[in-house]
Amino acid sequence: MSNYETVFITTPVLSNDEYTRTVKKYTDLVEKNGGTLVQKEDWGIRQLAYPIQKKTTGFYTLLQFEADPQFIKKFEVEFKRDESIMRFLTSKFDKHGLAYAQQRRDKLNGKPRKTEA
Amino acid sequence: MATHEEIKFLNSPKIGLQRKKYCRFKKSGIKHIDYKDPQFLFKFINDQGKLLPRRLTGNSLKFQRKISQAVKKARHLAILPYVTDLLK
Repeated sequence: MSNYETVFITTPVLSNDEYTRTVKKYTDLVEKNGGTLVQKEDWGIRQLAYPIQKKTTGFYTLLQFEADPQFIKKFEVEFKRDESIMRFLTSKFDKHGLAYAQQRRDKLNGKPRKTEA
Repeated sequence: MATHEEIKFLNSPKIGLQRKKYCRFKKSGIKHIDYKDPQFLFKFINDQGKLLPRRLTGNSLKFQRKISQAVKKARHLAILPYVTDLLK
């Protein structure tokens, strides 16, 4: 069970509930295959630095989860098959990355930092 | 003989001196470079979006590689452009 982080961009053409449905599809996929979802972040619509598939904006979503390595291959095939996903990137966490993500999560969720607690 | 004080230099001798370069990551103890926040990565790319060489940023080799990996990931996710002009 190692820690992974996936950021993916969905086309802005989708309506809101379609967007939530696709995100839910991936979170359920992680849960079903024995992974545990740690953090889900929606960055909403953001301007892309260069047009992808002739579109200049996209929904950004970040998924941080713990899963076993064989699952990642299946996960990425699912991304490739879905044409509403314009781009995705899965990266593995090393020791420092994990500590950084933990710190970032505390800051985001408004928990006081350990030093001040 | 003219003592040191009396000698008037055309310009101050300090101009030629080069400030000791240091690796900002070792000094400030940053361990992980996040590819998701562009503000931090802007310091390491020039206004065409290209990566700055190590001799200009003064990074150590280990962190220069981490920076280049992070910038390339950010470019893949369209957080940073591959090539542009007047980025900043």
